[in-house]
Amino acid sequence: MFPTCPAVEASGVRRTFGRRRAVDGVDLSLNAGDCLALFGPNGAGKTTLLRLIAGLLKPTSGSVQVCGRILRDDAAARAHVGLISHQSMLYRALTARENVEFAARLYGVPDPAAAAVDALERLRILDRADAPVRALSRGLQQRVSIARAIVHQPDVVLLDEPYTGLDAAGGAALTDMLHVLRSSGAALILVTHNVEEGLAIASHAAVMLDGRLVRHDDCATLDPRAYVAEYRELVLRGAADEESLDVEATA
Amino acid sequence: MTTLSAPGTFGAAWLVARKDLAIEFRTRTAFFSALVFAVLALCIFYFAWDESIIAPAQRAPGVLWVVLAFSALLGLQRSFGLEEHDRGIDALLVSPISREAIYLGKAIGNLLFLCAIQLVTIPALALFYNLPVGRPLLVVTGIVLLAMIGIVAIGTLFSAMAVNTRLAELLLPMLSLPFFVPILMNAAQATTRVLADRPLAESWPWLKILIAFDIVFVVACTLAFPFTLEE
Repeated sequence: MFPTCPAVEASGVRRTFGRRRAVDGVDLSLNAGDCLALFGPNGAGKTTLLRLIAGLLKPTSGSVQVCGRILRDDAAARAHVGLISHQSMLYRALTARENVEFAARLYGVPDPAAAAVDALERLRILDRADAPVRALSRGLQQRVSIARAIVHQPDVVLLDEPYTGLDAAGGAALTDMLHVLRSSGAALILVTHNVEEGLAIASHAAVMLDGRLVRHDDCATLDPRAYVAEYRELVLRGAADEESLDVEATA
Repeated sequence: MTTLSAPGTFGAAWLVARKDLAIEFRTRTAFFSALVFAVLALCIFYFAWDESIIAPAQRAPGVLWVVLAFSALLGLQRSFGLEEHDRGIDALLVSPISREAIYLGKAIGNLLFLCAIQLVTIPALALFYNLPVGRPLLVVTGIVLLAMIGIVAIGTLFSAMAVNTRLAELLLPMLSLPFFVPILMNAAQATTRVLADRPLAESWPWLKILIAFDIVFVVACTLAFPFTLEE
């Protein structure tokens, strides 16, 4: 686990695509058992930040470490991380079980078949384990995708809009699983547009606007209702500023 | 956390290859399109030449390598295409396996896929062009296998590079074919001699160059592959 260093540490992370700064100088530190809910409007840079932490993108400057190790350069360190992305990252021609078992084998889980069954059961989708993924609904595919991401019991779980497409049962299964992961000491980063949902699970909350972390709070000291109102105001103000900049640019 | 012991490079490569073959076995789309193309091309080439001017056995080596190169491209096209649909490639990249293992896995999968196509193409060629069965055909199969290693090494790399582009289907042949030339040239020279029933020693210099190209392409493409994944 992470006895001495933060589970996730980002310092001065910047990532540009051409001239656009998708992530602009983000500092972040997360310990084992922490859950950070990351809010922000579309295009704020949340997904890019998750991809930087997962090692899928290289920072233009700054550094991202998971337990003191840079994932891009350290294959073994990647075994500590689980990623749930916008896309399911599943193979449609394979069954749910085959997809999860394949992931378990890639991570070197000792008993991949049993681990796959356990993960699918936790997401309450074991009864559809032998159906090809292409035959499953969007919500069920999302559950399989989550099972795939947690089959190796990662220490850091990165979740990008994980509730998208889930019905009430799927959402409840995911929330239960996130609580279990946290109590077992995993650090979570949850990107979501649903502020109430995020605050219910998280220990910390942050808001991202235009690639920057503009607010970072400890959930223990937050009034959720006031936070929701403040967040909406922040986002609307950000959108208005952007619009006025666009108008100025056009003029 | 469970004690994990991630597979080594070759173990991981085999996992990736097995997964690709399982997907192909379920869908069979690329296999059938490559196979149908190969057989149809053999037929067309057979009727396109006047038998009284060039004997079928003399045409066979050229036909074999043209058909093989283009049917290989059809198969290679799908290699990274199936990773793109739901970004399965991201799941591979965040896993603890090396980038080289991903490349080798894809290449092994492609090689087995192309071998399966050749299992039908070579007998069909022998049938259409009245080739001597037995030892010459076995040697030709060996040459095909050697050539396939180089073709797959290059094609897999360029398939990864082309997949994210708008003109992927055009880009893969444009990038790959110039690099196929040295392989095809040496393989065709060796095949011509074998099918003319000349001693194997005559083909050996061409085969040595072919083997050298295989080694260079496999090593160079494995080392270059991680750079194709940079966004």
